[in-house]
Amino acid sequence: MNSMIAGLIIRRVGIMLVSLVIVAFAVFAATELLPGDVAQILLGQSATPEAVAGLRKAMHLDQPAILRFGHWLGGLVTGDFGRSYANNRDVADLISGRLVNSLKLGAVTTLFSVPLSLFLGVTAAMFRGSFYDRLVSVFTVTVISVPEFMVATLAVLIFAVYLGWLPALSFANEVHGLGELLRVYAMPVITLSFVVSAQMIRMTRAAVIDTINTPYVEMALLKGATRRRMVMRHALPNALGPIANAMALSLSYLLGGVIIVETIFNYPGVAKLMVDAVATRDLPLIQTCAMLFCLSYLLLILIADVVAIASNPRLRQ
Amino acid sequence: MGNIVEIRDLAVAAKTDSGRVVDIIKGVDIEVAEGEVVALIGESGSGKTTIALTLLGYTRPGCRITRGKVLVAGRDMVAMSEAERQHVRGQQVAYVPQSAAAAFDPSQTIMEQVVEVSRIHQLMPPEDARRKAVDLFRALSLPNPETIGARYPHQVSGGQLQRLAAAMALIGDPEVMVFDEPTTALDVTTQIEVLRAFKSVIADRNMAGIYVSHDLAVVAQIADRIVVLKGGEVQEVAETEKIVHTPQHAYTKELIAAFHPVERAPADPRAMAQRNAILEVKNLSAGYGPTGSDSQPSFLALKDVTFRLAAGESLGIIGESGSGKSTLARVISGLLPQSSGSVTFEGRELAKSVSGRSREELRKMQIVFQLADTALNPNRPVRAILGRPLTFYHGVRGRQREAEVDRLLDMVRLPAALKHRLPSELSGGQKQRVNLARALAAKPELILCDEITSALDTVVAAAILKLLDELQRELGLSYMFISHDLSTVEAICDEVVVMYQGEKVEEMPTNRMKSGAEHPYSRLLISSVPQLDTNWLDRLEQDNELMQAVAGR
Repeated sequence: MNSMIAGLIIRRVGIMLVSLVIVAFAVFAATELLPGDVAQILLGQSATPEAVAGLRKAMHLDQPAILRFGHWLGGLVTGDFGRSYANNRDVADLISGRLVNSLKLGAVTTLFSVPLSLFLGVTAAMFRGSFYDRLVSVFTVTVISVPEFMVATLAVLIFAVYLGWLPALSFANEVHGLGELLRVYAMPVITLSFVVSAQMIRMTRAAVIDTINTPYVEMALLKGATRRRMVMRHALPNALGPIANAMALSLSYLLGGVIIVETIFNYPGVAKLMVDAVATRDLPLIQTCAMLFCLSYLLLILIADVVAIASNPRLRQ
Repeated sequence: MGNIVEIRDLAVAAKTDSGRVVDIIKGVDIEVAEGEVVALIGESGSGKTTIALTLLGYTRPGCRITRGKVLVAGRDMVAMSEAERQHVRGQQVAYVPQSAAAAFDPSQTIMEQVVEVSRIHQLMPPEDARRKAVDLFRALSLPNPETIGARYPHQVSGGQLQRLAAAMALIGDPEVMVFDEPTTALDVTTQIEVLRAFKSVIADRNMAGIYVSHDLAVVAQIADRIVVLKGGEVQEVAETEKIVHTPQHAYTKELIAAFHPVERAPADPRAMAQRNAILEVKNLSAGYGPTGSDSQPSFLALKDVTFRLAAGESLGIIGESGSGKSTLARVISGLLPQSSGSVTFEGRELAKSVSGRSREELRKMQIVFQLADTALNPNRPVRAILGRPLTFYHGVRGRQREAEVDRLLDMVRLPAALKHRLPSELSGGQKQRVNLARALAAKPELILCDEITSALDTVVAAAILKLLDELQRELGLSYMFISHDLSTVEAICDEVVVMYQGEKVEEMPTNRMKSGAEHPYSRLLISSVPQLDTNWLDRLEQDNELMQAVAGR
């Protein structure tokens, strides 16, 4: 079975590489379509046409797009992500610090939201139709419909301004000790958990209810199993595949989609970096960030598929 | 002998989708003595499964016991707390489900699920439970009893799973077994093995049982007494022999009558040979999967099949699941292009796929599927379902179309008022009639019927067969009638083709089927159809080697 999963992962990694090349092409083409000339923007309104032309040549912007694409792709493969147009630093340097921050925030949010969503989703399914189930449903629908900037702003208002318990801004680099870590991460993590958990809870509940309605779960009940055993031993294992996929989809949001949270809490993550890069036409930085988000998404989906296959003996064959 | 089960004035109510509360069991009294097997028999909706499940103190979601008592060994399952019921389930009363394939958790090994009862109730150490399970596998004559438990449910056959489900029920040494249509989903040849296993286990342990079924012949083999149910009420209770030979109640008589279909007067073979062939199939092969180097698909579902259907005749195609009979219909209708061979319709060779056939060719050959539920669009009223082919093939519109719809409904003996209803508002038999009318709307020459009575109750199915017969005489239709049920084929067909593993093994006139079958497989298949005779199973002698070969597929 292990060799079978290993073979599957190898195959999927191959497909991932193909997808990445296609995405790289799409990202490159999209950045090419961005209006405005980089050299012109860098040099400002008063630049002479000669200076602009000189800079274009120096940045190889006068070469055909396909050549620059090949050059960039070659760089990606060898680990050279290029140099930032805006401040002439290595893109790798710019991103690495920010990526660590983003991953930290993502990891803390995952550790907090996944067990919570699983618990709420499974228990809501277990007591379907009860007051508790309705409470969870109302809660998740509310959370889905309230935009995250609202949650974030309210959290800042209440916890930072009125109560003064937590700092309004999160500087992840200046953390000393666990207490401070909790204080710094509390608000962004709560806000992000609100966003990603709602979907995960709903999908978990739906997937478990689907399996609860199958004859084999009814059979478990007729064998004398308690409700708890019925759900935990028979319904949940068979619902793992769809749940893992829903979670991968929700969690992929934590890297690229958290711009609002990063902005409000002034948290130095990659999403903010990318938006800043768009403002300055910093093409190498935009492209690298996009590739990074794509890669994280593909990795999450791969993990979800491996979980789905490992939990289903029919697919393990 | 005391009664181990006593059901007193039991009533169960169900909530419909629209929120109305309907009584589905209306005050039923049933008792089962120790060591006795009582059968509950009736059509779908008669409440037989609902009653059986109350023995475990369980009702399906939406249902509720409104009054009455269900006493098992003197204790009332209705009045118990949920914890007490859990204690009884699996230990005192055990359940064998209709479809074992669906009742086994796909993510666990069979052994884990078979011994689960002993784990839930902490009856014995796991090691003992495993040993006991292996003994049960042996008693139920399962192959490789030592190792079969390590497999997953999808790795064993349907007949084996059904016996494994019985082992799962027996592990807790229950006093009462509830069998819920345990052989309905099986092929007839497999059904015999499973029935024999059940019968010997019940006899060995002197257990009491409730056996739910719609099949009188199956029940006659295993039950001591039969309770006939209809619409949630008991119609008749009597010893099996009495029900089979001297039924009292009108409904019981109807059930028995439906079991003996009117045999069709055979067509004159010489006249048939003279008539033009409407359909000729030559060396037809087809399958699924990628095409190999020999231009044949990797999995061949149909191998070199040849037959001829004369105009105005009915040809039956019989075989068990996996014999390729449905694939045959798909290929002839052009839904699945053949890999080799030809299909000739009214003297002209047809294109391999639907897209290559003319509208006229499509019109003349219609197909009716087994499940009207999935074949009819649930969001369209009957008049739209029937009107669509009228407009498509004949360009009929407006008032003329309405008149045609009325005529079609009349043809399938349905009142014209039904045309405003949605399929979900019709009964199973009515839906199948609409399904048939949809095919008739095209004014076809040939209708391919794919198991069209298999999902229907015996009495309803008999009425549909009668209708088909009348339509054939009125309209001069030809039928290709696919079925796994030999008695249906007997009632409607002139000729029968027996299929086995994608091949045609024999072709014969229907009236020679019982006496004149020559191929060993045809003989096995035909002799496996249960007869309405309480001693049929005990007397049945079959070629064991062939039986093993067929059952071990």
